[in-house]
Amino acid sequence: MRNLLNKAKFAFLLSIKPFFFRLNLLNKGLTLLIIAIFILPSHKIKSLWNNAKSGEAFEAYTETIPGSEVSFEMIPIQGGEYLMGSPENDPNHLADEGPQVKVKIDPFWMASTETTWDMFEIFVFQEQEKRLAMESGGLESANIPSVDAVSRPTPPYLDMSFGMGKYGYPAICMTQYSAQMFCKWLSAKTGVFYRLPTEAEWEYACRAGTTTAYSFGDDASKLDEYAWYYGNTSNGYEKIGTKKPNPWGLYDMHGNVSEWTLDQYNAEFYASLEDGVAVPYNPPTELYPRTVRGGSWDDDPEVLRSASRIPSNPRWKQQDPQIPKSDWWHTDARFVGFRLIRPLNPPSEKQIEAFWPEPIEDL
Amino acid sequence: MKNLEFNKSINRRKFVKSSAAAAAGGVFLSQLPSAASAYVGGNETLRVAVIGCGGRGTGAAVQALSVKEDVKLVAMADAFKDRLDESYDNIMKKHGKSGRVDVPEENKFVGFDGYKNAIALADVVLLATPPGFRPIHFEEAVNQGKHVFMEKPVATDAPGVRKVLEVAQKAKQNKLNVVVGLQRHYQPSYLELMKRIHNGEIGDIVGGQVYWNSSGVWVRERQPQQTEMEYQMRNWYYFTWLCGDHIMEQHIHNIDVANWAKQSYPVMAQGMGGREVRTGPDHGEIFDHHFVEFHYEDGTMINSQCRHIEGCMNKVSESFVGTKGRATTDGTTMITDTKGNTLWKHRDKNDPNPYQVEHDRLFSAIVNGNELLADAENGAKSTMTSLLGRMATYSGKVVTWDEALNSNMSLMPQKFSFDATPPVVPGADGKYPVPVPGKTKVI
Repeated sequence: MRNLLNKAKFAFLLSIKPFFFRLNLLNKGLTLLIIAIFILPSHKIKSLWNNAKSGEAFEAYTETIPGSEVSFEMIPIQGGEYLMGSPENDPNHLADEGPQVKVKIDPFWMASTETTWDMFEIFVFQEQEKRLAMESGGLESANIPSVDAVSRPTPPYLDMSFGMGKYGYPAICMTQYSAQMFCKWLSAKTGVFYRLPTEAEWEYACRAGTTTAYSFGDDASKLDEYAWYYGNTSNGYEKIGTKKPNPWGLYDMHGNVSEWTLDQYNAEFYASLEDGVAVPYNPPTELYPRTVRGGSWDDDPEVLRSASRIPSNPRWKQQDPQIPKSDWWHTDARFVGFRLIRPLNPPSEKQIEAFWPEPIEDL
Repeated sequence: MKNLEFNKSINRRKFVKSSAAAAAGGVFLSQLPSAASAYVGGNETLRVAVIGCGGRGTGAAVQALSVKEDVKLVAMADAFKDRLDESYDNIMKKHGKSGRVDVPEENKFVGFDGYKNAIALADVVLLATPPGFRPIHFEEAVNQGKHVFMEKPVATDAPGVRKVLEVAQKAKQNKLNVVVGLQRHYQPSYLELMKRIHNGEIGDIVGGQVYWNSSGVWVRERQPQQTEMEYQMRNWYYFTWLCGDHIMEQHIHNIDVANWAKQSYPVMAQGMGGREVRTGPDHGEIFDHHFVEFHYEDGTMINSQCRHIEGCMNKVSESFVGTKGRATTDGTTMITDTKGNTLWKHRDKNDPNPYQVEHDRLFSAIVNGNELLADAENGAKSTMTSLLGRMATYSGKVVTWDEALNSNMSLMPQKFSFDATPPVVPGADGKYPVPVPGKTKVI
């Protein structure tokens, strides 16, 4: 099992996380050297979907994108129950954050940080994917999915980082479809099912067991320690993982960039849920609006609250002058990125195949 | 007769904060004779035709049909039937229910000459074919007395630029509104920045940098049944006579901003460029990178770089250095002093869509006669500036504005038909001849 091999590879490193993660940021080169020493010859995966039920330990691990030296950390999020939404006595409470509803969540891993340009560009530019593969173990090891299997973004007309920085910075401006296709591509390459979180899963992870406005309490003046937002950034996002994490070790859940969830945005969704509902999800049927969470460098403190919900908007493609507009890029969503999760108990291979969406034309 | 010439930039400032729906400043209303527009106070439906039905033409048509005035799309023209049909379907999906699309089959014109018939049926024409055709189409539209929205650039060679300059005068004399798709002129962040620059907030501009570095655009593959002309028309981006090269087709936006900031046009240019990555037969003859020094009359030098190569540093923005500070649109539109302290920055969270504002202004001007929009002259001169850059990189020589503008080197074919021979053809290896700096003649 490839992932067990991964485990073996990284077990010695995992014992020193999150320190390892800081090291990763500070000195990628050294870390990569260590990883390189431990790289084992790749082998064919018999079944594409490694199933966690086969006894894989539910603990943090580092995933290196095959055929590259780019890696990210996945943290286990135990299942449980929580109250989704915000109470009406929260001074910043908005109608779409209520009524509060008790929700049951299944266990999953979540990336400790937002998806970076380092990761995302390997998906956007197939030539780059091939080049990186040649540099690190050859094309064979990269598991490059065929164009028929996974569709890829059209190259962006503009510079989608808008001069705010690339490496170590969060990827932005992708549509929800684009983020989902990244997950499909990554799943095909790794043999592990990665996807976007639902709104309910996202808020659960963001709260990390807290019931306050933020995962560090109700005091917005402490935001500076935990988050990048309009009040402490100058004109753009910042490097991932440079503020304090939440109690479960997740960085930048509040601020830096808003993060895609799977759901269609519906202000009345909570009202339709039974108390104690398991894994609620509002599957999209329309292109707009869909939900992003967490607020960004371009938002004020109240938008960064755990319960705050942000609907996507056609304005996010304002500078796209073509009709139909791009399936892949939100030219004007310089504040939207995403974060990966991986369910502990993935669905069947068939269900996964059916899970990936087709784009809805944007006219 | 009062002098109808007015400073557009001053006029535009009035619109910095006006939303798409806000009424335009009525300052000029009293100054314009009612003949300024055939539609002042009228309530006839304005008929629109779109020439060139690709993604941008379709986008322009959808925006034109989204204005608050009474408008209707009545005619479409494209070289290719499939492009026209696809465009029509998309416009119908967007505006079919509004009753603003009325294009019967006989008003869908396919081929090189359809533009004349489509223009004849309309009051306002949208010109969005590949840029090589723009001078011909613009001339026809103005000769037929129509208002125009046209995409940038407005030509791919000097004779084309001169034609547009000539027609621009005629449009002005005949009170025809002309908007050019250099939409930064309709974007609040740029309007506010330019107001501040022109008010002296960064002092005198002494230098600057403008960029369009990206990973490139689409490629359309050759199909077995295509003639050479059809192939080039489909894969038009990679042929200089059609596209002008990406320094003209895209980077003109940033070069135009330099001219706007300087309130003048360069007197000469020199630069370098080539094909580093896009070297195969699929990529025609254009370069994949250019770097140009534009010299202005007062000695200011503005550097321009554009690149279409994957995996490199990307940037699409402008920066200007003044004697008192700096202005930039890189990421955030802002002004700093020479020590880097922020003096002003623009938050664009709720700005209107400049692509829509272009059309809101155009149709409002036609109906209300509150202003006469005359973008063609600057559109032509900024097109000339980007062409000057291309001449410099292709030749490797210093090229002056005057010799470039007066050049009689035409890139356009003698005959427009799918069985005609285009101006460039591939060699035995399938590759096209490409410019060689130091050898290629451009004047």
